[in-house]
Amino acid sequence: MSDSNIIPKWLSVGVIPLMNLFLAFCVSGLFIFFVGENPFRAIFVMIKGAFYYPGAIGYTLYYTTNFIFTGLAVALAFHARLFNIGGEGQAYVGGLGVGLVCLIFDQHVVGFLVTILAILGSVIFGAIWGTIPGYLQAKRGSHIVITTIMFNFIAAALMVYLLVNVIIEPGQMSPETRDFASGVGLMQIHILAKYVGLEMAMSPLNLSFIVALTVSVGFWFLVWRTKFGYEVRSLGHSETAAIYAGIKVSSTIIIVMAISGGLAGLVAINELLGVHNKLLLGFTAGYGFTGIAVALMGRNHPVGIFLASLLFGALYQGGTELDFEFSSITREMVLLIQGLIILFSGALAYMLNPMMERIYLKYYGDYNNA
Amino acid sequence: MLESFQIIISLLDSTIRIATPLIFCAMAGIFSERSGIIDIGLEGKMLLSAFVAATATFLTGSPIFGLFAAILASCSASLIHGFACITNKGDQVISGLAINILASGLTITLGIALFSRGGQTPSLASEQRFMPIDFAFLDQLSFVPVLGELFVEVISGHNILVYLSVLAVFFTYYVIFKTRFGLRLRAVGEKPEAVDTAGISVIKMRYQSILIAGMLCGLAGAYLSIAHGAGFGREMSAGKGYIALAAMIFGKWNPIPTLFACLLFGFLEALGVRLEGVELIWIGEVPVQVMQALPYVLTVVLLAGFIGKARAPGAIGVPYSKEG
Repeated sequence: MSDSNIIPKWLSVGVIPLMNLFLAFCVSGLFIFFVGENPFRAIFVMIKGAFYYPGAIGYTLYYTTNFIFTGLAVALAFHARLFNIGGEGQAYVGGLGVGLVCLIFDQHVVGFLVTILAILGSVIFGAIWGTIPGYLQAKRGSHIVITTIMFNFIAAALMVYLLVNVIIEPGQMSPETRDFASGVGLMQIHILAKYVGLEMAMSPLNLSFIVALTVSVGFWFLVWRTKFGYEVRSLGHSETAAIYAGIKVSSTIIIVMAISGGLAGLVAINELLGVHNKLLLGFTAGYGFTGIAVALMGRNHPVGIFLASLLFGALYQGGTELDFEFSSITREMVLLIQGLIILFSGALAYMLNPMMERIYLKYYGDYNNA
Repeated sequence: MLESFQIIISLLDSTIRIATPLIFCAMAGIFSERSGIIDIGLEGKMLLSAFVAATATFLTGSPIFGLFAAILASCSASLIHGFACITNKGDQVISGLAINILASGLTITLGIALFSRGGQTPSLASEQRFMPIDFAFLDQLSFVPVLGELFVEVISGHNILVYLSVLAVFFTYYVIFKTRFGLRLRAVGEKPEAVDTAGISVIKMRYQSILIAGMLCGLAGAYLSIAHGAGFGREMSAGKGYIALAAMIFGKWNPIPTLFACLLFGFLEALGVRLEGVELIWIGEVPVQVMQALPYVLTVVLLAGFIGKARAPGAIGVPYSKEG
């Protein structure tokens, strides 16, 4: 399936996705109504929770950072018509990269350098976890969807094993490593603001957000302004055409999956270097899967992905507020909304196309062009 | 010697208990994927129907009613999947993923709204569940040294859904390979154009297949919450749908080999639990995570063609349109 070539771009890229999103929210509202609460009040509470309280915007942007990384990861693979469901596992293993670098070097090397190495570690480890399924797809013909699903579970088992048995801080019960040394980590924005004399409410928002924005620009440049990006997009449009044009399909697939995994791995710098300051169990918390919704909504473009990440960031942060304000709806409501967004913006993305085409042709129909 | 025999018996017993939902789901997967529809939504359908089964049973007091409610819920999810990827030609993987995430959110949200127990349903009394059935004639065999014990412990004493899962395998095999419907179903999954040319509706065939898949997933969910378990707990499907998917691939989309894959994966899990904290000669302690990861690793290795080649149905994942 692809976008309709009857209706103009502003309809197919602008209006229809918004209508799909609107439908997803309508159905979510129906559910809220069904469990006996007022959907409009729920929206109001969530908006207030996401933007109004002190520090709320910081929290929203902190979640946004995760979603930018995983959204870009999924989007890059989508450009080559590869479906990378493995963002969750790649982010998790990326965390292993951060953890290992910090635990090995933080006692001996200056903090700033360890942080840089840890960022590289997250990218490299995430990339490895993406490259293997990429290789298996390119060279052995395994379906990337299945392999990446399997790799999520393998990553989960691996991390539990390592955290429980190997790199746990000795003498404690919960499966976490020791804290990283104090100079290591990405500074939180409210602390940074204090240095320049600004007073900001406390929030986990940290320099990873800047990294995410930079990476977004890099993503745009890579996909639309380089030879490699052209090859990736050609491959996505037609594999036979790509082969005919002399593009090396299998190495392109492997490189795309490596970069995709590396992008997902960056979630670890936001979570571990920016907030937790140690490696812990389950820190990815489903961000990898949300990345799929983000990429679908954002139409695989960095600007769209930023906006979709912001929306999901607001949903996550606003969702926590639901717990305090309502008795019968909780933050898990957000999971339901997320599922509906994937359904309407992803699986049913083209449901409205025929209707829009009819309406468009009726009012603006120039049948010679259509 | 006697002790190790006991261990083997109890291992096999738990293998069967663990494998039952896998078998239902894997058969569901075979029906769906043989007709050309990728079904990664097995997990979500199982989770949803587990919740509905427990809720309906709690509200009515009848597990039979709960079972039918579960099947109905799971089939509704199948219909959403069908509407998205058969009628609207949407992406099947995305649609399946949407169903999984929806089921996660929906079960917790409704659970909290209905019962205010953090997403759990109230636990069910034993008369509200499908309880183990003891075969009277098998108990007579218990004096036979080895076989007797095997029968009594492993074959007898499960709930009705366990036996139904075995029937489901033969049902799947029979329908897919021995009936006209099955021939058409396989053809729709391999070359839908050919079936269309013969005057059979591809769309109708695919809807029928995913509805059968929905029923089977409903049985799997009901097994979890009103037969094996006594109530619904958050995320209680815990990745079983994906293991079933792996088992289906491992069984190369064939019912009988898939049954053995399910039993193998069930056995690995039972063994993993059993071996926790046990020192083995030569090897030492095997981490339980190794056993947990093994089904996935094996599937990856198989898919990569290192142990035989698993070939998916030809038209899988491709929406059918007459023009195209």
